[in-house]
Amino acid sequence: MARSATPQRKMINTAFAWAIGLIIFFPILWTILTSFKTEADAIAFPPKFLFFDWTLENYAVVQERSNYMRFLWNSVIIAGGSTLLGVIIAVPAAWSMAFVPSPRTKDILMWMLSTKMLPAVGVLYPMYLIFIQIGWLDTRIGLVVALLLINLPIMVWMLYTYFKEIPAEILEAARMDGASLRSEILYVLTPMALPGIASTILLNIILAWNESFWTLNLTAAKAAPLTAFIASYSSPEGLFYAKLSAASTMAIAPILILGWFSQKQLVRGLTFGAVK
Amino acid sequence: MGKITLSSVRKTFGATVVIPGIDLTIEDGEFVVFVGPSGCGKSTLLRLIAGLEDTSGGAIAIDGVDATHLPPAKRGLAMVFQSYALYPHMSVRKNIQFPLKMAGMDPAEATRRVEAAAKVLNLTDYLDRRPGQLSGGQRQRVAIGRAIVREPGAFLFDEPLSNLDAALRVSMRQEITELHQSLKTTMIYVTHDQVEAMTMADKIVVLNAGRIEQVGSPMELYTAPRNLFVAGFIGSPKMNLIEGAEAAKHGAVTIGVRPEHLDIATGGEWAGTVLLSEHLGSDTFLKVRTESVGTITLRAGGEVTHRPGDAIAFTPQKGKIHRFGPDGAALT
Repeated sequence: MARSATPQRKMINTAFAWAIGLIIFFPILWTILTSFKTEADAIAFPPKFLFFDWTLENYAVVQERSNYMRFLWNSVIIAGGSTLLGVIIAVPAAWSMAFVPSPRTKDILMWMLSTKMLPAVGVLYPMYLIFIQIGWLDTRIGLVVALLLINLPIMVWMLYTYFKEIPAEILEAARMDGASLRSEILYVLTPMALPGIASTILLNIILAWNESFWTLNLTAAKAAPLTAFIASYSSPEGLFYAKLSAASTMAIAPILILGWFSQKQLVRGLTFGAVK
Repeated sequence: MGKITLSSVRKTFGATVVIPGIDLTIEDGEFVVFVGPSGCGKSTLLRLIAGLEDTSGGAIAIDGVDATHLPPAKRGLAMVFQSYALYPHMSVRKNIQFPLKMAGMDPAEATRRVEAAAKVLNLTDYLDRRPGQLSGGQRQRVAIGRAIVREPGAFLFDEPLSNLDAALRVSMRQEITELHQSLKTTMIYVTHDQVEAMTMADKIVVLNAGRIEQVGSPMELYTAPRNLFVAGFIGSPKMNLIEGAEAAKHGAVTIGVRPEHLDIATGGEWAGTVLLSEHLGSDTFLKVRTESVGTITLRAGGEVTHRPGDAIAFTPQKGKIHRFGPDGAALT
């Protein structure tokens, strides 16, 4: 039954939703605003909200001091590479679990997810030592593999739930209609699972882009992504809030823009199955 | 062509035996209905014929050729599913065309066939719509269209009407029967609805717990059920089954009388009190409690005015009493 909503109630709800949205967004907004302040304005008390001397100086300094493009490129390779490899492994894994399940499928899924419940720092030493041994410390390939393994359980889980939503009868109908396994996957399965695959890819790019524990601990200079770029400005001896904010803004901008343009896809993918 | 022969076909899922062994011949052009309560194995049997499930034993031959281990696509059969199983991302045209595309048919010929099928099924105006934009009945027609364009050896229907409302079910039932009359292709139709079975079939196969209880024409099953299960399953309302002294009088352990074979008559053989009276307009079903034969359902004319609590007496029609022995098999 539809709930009746009076205009006043709707307005209150909207205002409430906006308030929550603003609270969540406020730290990002504040970071962006601070990036346009002078260092003095950045630490001024009471804080200056909009009325300060707007300046682009921080961006110029940050760009001068460190090579933004190199960090960006590392982030793109690490996030993109781990996601691409992840999809290649996760799609067939999720297919087989969804469509040819064994009595242990549920256990395997739970076990995979359980690895996400382990605190990352618990395996930092072993990981670090292994990376030294095989010469992967501070390499892009090392980080691609590390993030791939870390995000794979989530990718398999997401894809598994999407594939579960595809009625088996449709695949059987394709088989009755004479489709080979290849045609079945190409013409029936993939088009139906596309929203799910797309949102899995998007979510994983975002997760890998924002991942900071492993990217900070396993890199030094060569393979350092944007997370290391931000961290390099949070020095304990000096208060460079404005520059730190400028670096942060530059680091989150690409993913923010990607997220903005793909939000429809992302939301649709994440609620797939809930609304048929 | 579409003669299908099952020889000792078995199906087990792990330790569970679903079909212990079935022998059945379906002649070319026949309309065969598999009917039985849910869980009786009728859908599994259909899926074994389709090739969507592997047999655990026995052989399936289509037109004399062993098809036991052929993949579904190679059996030359078309299937219509309960859930329609249309491809949601394709237009109606592409849905119907899909099997032809898979067969590598010349596109011009494929288009001609799709349009011909659409015309037969009144789908011409909907060819460019997606399945999501169609009603249940239209979707079912698309599913049938997808089956007929291939000109298969036989059609398999898995409870195709159970998602439709009652009125639509009746009209689709007639459409499928007409389709069978015009195509003259073998059809195997699975349903739990004995009305569909009675009205559509040339031959009904009654299944129970994976076994065939009886095979015969609808009227054969109605007039001469081979055992208690078939007697109770075919016919609506169900046959009255009576045990005890009244059955012994007829030399049987159980006797059965259909509700329509009981005549209301003053001083009738059995007497009781009306418990419930259901008026359908054309008929009235009376539920009567009696001393001698327990609770009995009887079918009377539409104008009967008996009300709950009324005393009533009735007599079974001559030669309409079915007799069953201790194992439930009919006595002759």
